Amino acid sequence: MEKPFEIVILSGKGGTGKTSVAASFASMAENAVLTDCDVDAADLHLILTPEIYRSETFDSGAKAVINTEKCTSCGLCMELCRFKAIELINDVYIIDEYACEGCGLCKEVCPEGAIDITKYEHNNIYFSDCRFGPMIYGRLGIAEENSGKLVAKIRKYAKEIAQKNNAAYIITDGPPGIGCPVISSVTGADMVVAVTEPTLSGWHDLQRLIELVDRFHTSVSVIINKFDLNQYMTDMIENNLKEKAIKVTGKIPYDETMLHAQLEGKTINEFDPQGLPSKELSKIWNTIKSVIYEPKSI
Amino acid sequence: MKIAITSGKGGTGKTTVSTGLFHIITRYLKYNVQLLDCDVEEPDCHIFIKASENCRYPVTIAIPEIETEKCTFCGKCKSVCAYNAIIMLPPAGYIEVVEDMCHGCGACLYVCPEKAIRENIKSVGKITHYDYYVQDEFIEGRMDVGSALQTRVIRETINHAGEDGIILMDSPPGTSCPVIATASKADYVIMVTEPTPFGLYDLKLMADTVRQLGKKHGIVINKAGFDYEPLYNFINENKIPILGEIPFKREYAEAYSKGMIPADSDVELRKIFMGIINSIINGKTL
Ligand code: SF4
Ligand code: SF4
Repeated sequence: MEKPFEIVILSGKGGTGKTSVAASFASMAENAVLTDCDVDAADLHLILTPEIYRSETFDSGAKAVINTEKCTSCGLCMELCRFKAIELINDVYIIDEYACEGCGLCKEVCPEGAIDITKYEHNNIYFSDCRFGPMIYGRLGIAEENSGKLVAKIRKYAKEIAQKNNAAYIITDGPPGIGCPVISSVTGADMVVAVTEPTLSGWHDLQRLIELVDRFHTSVSVIINKFDLNQYMTDMIENNLKEKAIKVTGKIPYDETMLHAQLEGKTINEFDPQGLPSKELSKIWNTIKSVIYEPKSI
Repeated sequence: MKIAITSGKGGTGKTTVSTGLFHIITRYLKYNVQLLDCDVEEPDCHIFIKASENCRYPVTIAIPEIETEKCTFCGKCKSVCAYNAIIMLPPAGYIEVVEDMCHGCGACLYVCPEKAIRENIKSVGKITHYDYYVQDEFIEGRMDVGSALQTRVIRETINHAGEDGIILMDSPPGTSCPVIATASKADYVIMVTEPTPFGLYDLKLMADTVRQLGKKHGIVINKAGFDYEPLYNFINENKIPILGEIPFKREYAEAYSKGMIPADSDVELRKIFMGIINSIINGKTL
């Protein structure tokens, strides 16, 4: 059995059209498992409208709690906490739950045994089916952490389902930025597709993303969305990528139909199959497929 | 007064709002102001705020290193580590800290009975102070590529801010820990959204988050003009003040793409930004 080929769609900068591209790929790839790893703003389900058949909770980190009855105000924990997560307010030591990383050092040092570490399970993973196949996505609890671990878990489930279904692809809508959830979604993936826009900030963010992906030796190609908004920037980005030997697989024009497709909860290919964006996206998808099936020896 | 500029969804114009407000306040209003770029994974404010660098500070953490000769393989460090960052194989005489997983908390160092652990400094990012119209007016936090400790860099960046005047914090997108690290330190949270289904969905999550944090908040609608009713219904039902609406114009998008501040030359936009500031400072929401 062939291993499913895992494509992660990333963008560095948010709002470049990553999710619309992921949804479009989902509609073209027959036999894929879809995931949304943008766990703190998961939007893919708004277009793919999946039916959830199962959900489970997932570890969302841990926080220290001080039992004020037992605390003798020695102040050792506050002195040693490296995250400045312990505060003295009106002579009472309390944990700043937003700064606490749950490391447990304070529990270890407290001579009175007054500190406990509470674990939370406020993150969710959803198993669902949509019109293009199985879809797995996550949702971070409000103000919860562990997005990196959550992403890793979603991808693990996606692989299991893909293997069971003999799926050819796993298509992942990744998180923005270059932090822990992005690292977690790139680790071990087969290909990154980066969606950018022709703006100085889009370019700045793309370079940081490419630098990150390079560390994982994962192949990366780029899509320039809304390329006609600034032709000069588009040319600049293309030239620079050429120097880095990174392929631009396609350029999508700025088009209001992208928004109208979103309003109708459809992928752009379903909404306006004859329009320029759809045609460009099918061209891009075919290019990606041809790269995947290229014999490795050539 | 610290004001965090956030957006559940990326690309809604958070940085346009942060840099626009900063520029308008520093040029046209009497307040002291400082801009902090807390979007440390992808700090973009410097593209719009062309300021001269003043000084730079490293953000570091201490990563433990275990001296195998002193280690008795008691396993105390491994069991105290909350992040499973220590790998130990006693039969092979092997013990090591996985740097990428270590948070630098120091717990292992504290518990080791053999004093077999020492620490090395590792960079996770840097903080740069810039002079704009005034000295140190703009401070940027920038995480090193490959680090996963964005919240550490964000907290350090906020620690570099002054005490007085208005402190604008360009927050990372989303609603998870990097956003919390920023918004939890704010007195007021601006949520930037756009009139689209994605914009609305992510706004709802953001609104839940700021409510949970117990922060005063208001909304700026960017790329307005398209009458997406569900967005306005949500805002009305939840009685969240609209601080301003920035219309969608191709000129703005083009100015943005070149790294320009459209509010600088556009009177209408300047008025909108002044309105946002005034309604936070004087008015209906404080
Ligand atoms: S410093 Fe903390 S996170 Fe790092 S290895 Fe030691 S116990 Fe684990
Ligand atoms: S606590 Fe110290 S002696 Fe024990 S296994 Fe860890 S490094 Fe070795």
